[in-house]
Amino acid sequence: MEQFNNRNVAEGGYYLVDIEEYPTDGWGKFKRVVKRTFRGELFVGLWVVLREMIRFDIHTIQYPEEKMPIGPRYRAVHEMKRLWESDTERCIGCGLCEKICISDCIRMDTRIDENSRKEVTEYTINLGRCIFCGYCAEVCPELAITHGGEYENASDQREHFVDYEYMLTPIDVMKQNAQKEFEGFGAITPHEDERVKKTPLAY
Amino acid sequence: METAYLIETIIKVVVILLVFSALAGIGTYFERKVLAFMQRRLGPVNVGPFGLLQVGADGIKLFTKEDIIPTNVVAPIFKIAPVITAATAFMAAAAIPFLPQFDIFGYTVHPIVSDIDVGILYILGVMAVGLFGPMLGGMASANKFSLLSAARAAAVFISYEVVTGLAILAPIMMVGSLSLIDFNNYQVEHGWIVWSQPVAFVLFWIAAFAETGRTPFHLIANDHEIIDGFGTEYSGMRWGLFFIGEYANMFFISFVIPILFLGGFGDGSFLGAMALLGKMAFFFFFFLWTRAAWPDVRPDQLMWLCWKVLMPVAVINVVITGLVMMF
Repeated sequence: MEQFNNRNVAEGGYYLVDIEEYPTDGWGKFKRVVKRTFRGELFVGLWVVLREMIRFDIHTIQYPEEKMPIGPRYRAVHEMKRLWESDTERCIGCGLCEKICISDCIRMDTRIDENSRKEVTEYTINLGRCIFCGYCAEVCPELAITHGGEYENASDQREHFVDYEYMLTPIDVMKQNAQKEFEGFGAITPHEDERVKKTPLAY
Repeated sequence: METAYLIETIIKVVVILLVFSALAGIGTYFERKVLAFMQRRLGPVNVGPFGLLQVGADGIKLFTKEDIIPTNVVAPIFKIAPVITAATAFMAAAAIPFLPQFDIFGYTVHPIVSDIDVGILYILGVMAVGLFGPMLGGMASANKFSLLSAARAAAVFISYEVVTGLAILAPIMMVGSLSLIDFNNYQVEHGWIVWSQPVAFVLFWIAAFAETGRTPFHLIANDHEIIDGFGTEYSGMRWGLFFIGEYANMFFISFVIPILFLGGFGDGSFLGAMALLGKMAFFFFFFLWTRAAWPDVRPDQLMWLCWKVLMPVAVINVVITGLVMMF
């Protein structure tokens, strides 16, 4: 994680390259040619690539078999989280995500269930329209809709929908306490408890 | 003409054609692998063991692709241009002794199609004609990148050809023959020519890069400047012919350099033959090696190099050789 967080690129040892003055007269150009010819810079290049070939330190990731770990803040296909306490869905059907979605790809339908609680009946995201901006995850008051790490969502048609059941954390995963919280947009930042303030009414 | 001679020649021609067409394909495999390893990649791995069947897959692709003749091209010239490149590359092979002579079932085989008196002149001439392929193909195409490529081909052609001719002139003066067999035999007697003519060797090697259009001088079909140059409008097997021609040329020039300068196959023993193949492999590898390591030069830089540096050096080399031989 540390390498993602450190944005100060200058620490890596940047330095000014010492560039010689360009020759202007013929004699200077001739001297430069002679110097370049006999200094063997070309052989340095040859040696560098040969060294890499001998070292055989291959950096290729053979993608379908091997995958890079992606950052926990990566914004790929959405997920619906469950509550840790009761294993029920976190989504309260408020519709904020539908409202804020700038590409209009979220549609939801709700009803009042027997316990007078709002229940989501339909919830789809059109991944063909979604631009993965993260607003839905940021606006969600319950941390219910988040982004996940599933980026392999190629489809044979432009309208590729994911629905509520697909996004929802499976109940058996939940039973094993294996649900992963999203650390990106909208997530609770570290040390949130120390930084939280009471509402102005209490002052 | 003897029937046996005729049959032998035809067999040799067919063998050379088949072997070097296949080698051109395998050459692309080696090029991709070597370049990949030098750039810390894997190269082709998925088709067949170690990606070896990639060559076959490429071949199938090239053969089955549609042969497109675009609307605005000069069709007859456009169609014949790739054939010129491939044909001249293989024609040049006629005067190259690939191996020393050997006996098979009591029959002596000379692995050279024809040991003509003007061997090296013929090889250089025919290889030079090969440059007409890119030039005509580029001029017959109907886009500016191909035209630029054709112009570059002409410029490169007149630049390096002078250097090649003058560089090889000094060894020819020493050997007193143009036949590659004579070159080989001379070196068996007097030691490798590279020791007495190091300048000519380096000059000829540099010119070989321009001849084959390999990376330091890969400006005829420079992808990042002029798309694929003369090959922009070609598709399918016509483009493939350009490709085979280029790689066959690389192999042939990799044979010619050791035969001219590095002792060839020596006294004709099995070891000597293997040594020739080893030297050839090194020069071929060097073509790939430089592609990974060196940047391309601009056309004006190539012409500057050829006309203002290499040609004077070659002329001085010829003069000095002449003086040394005279006194």
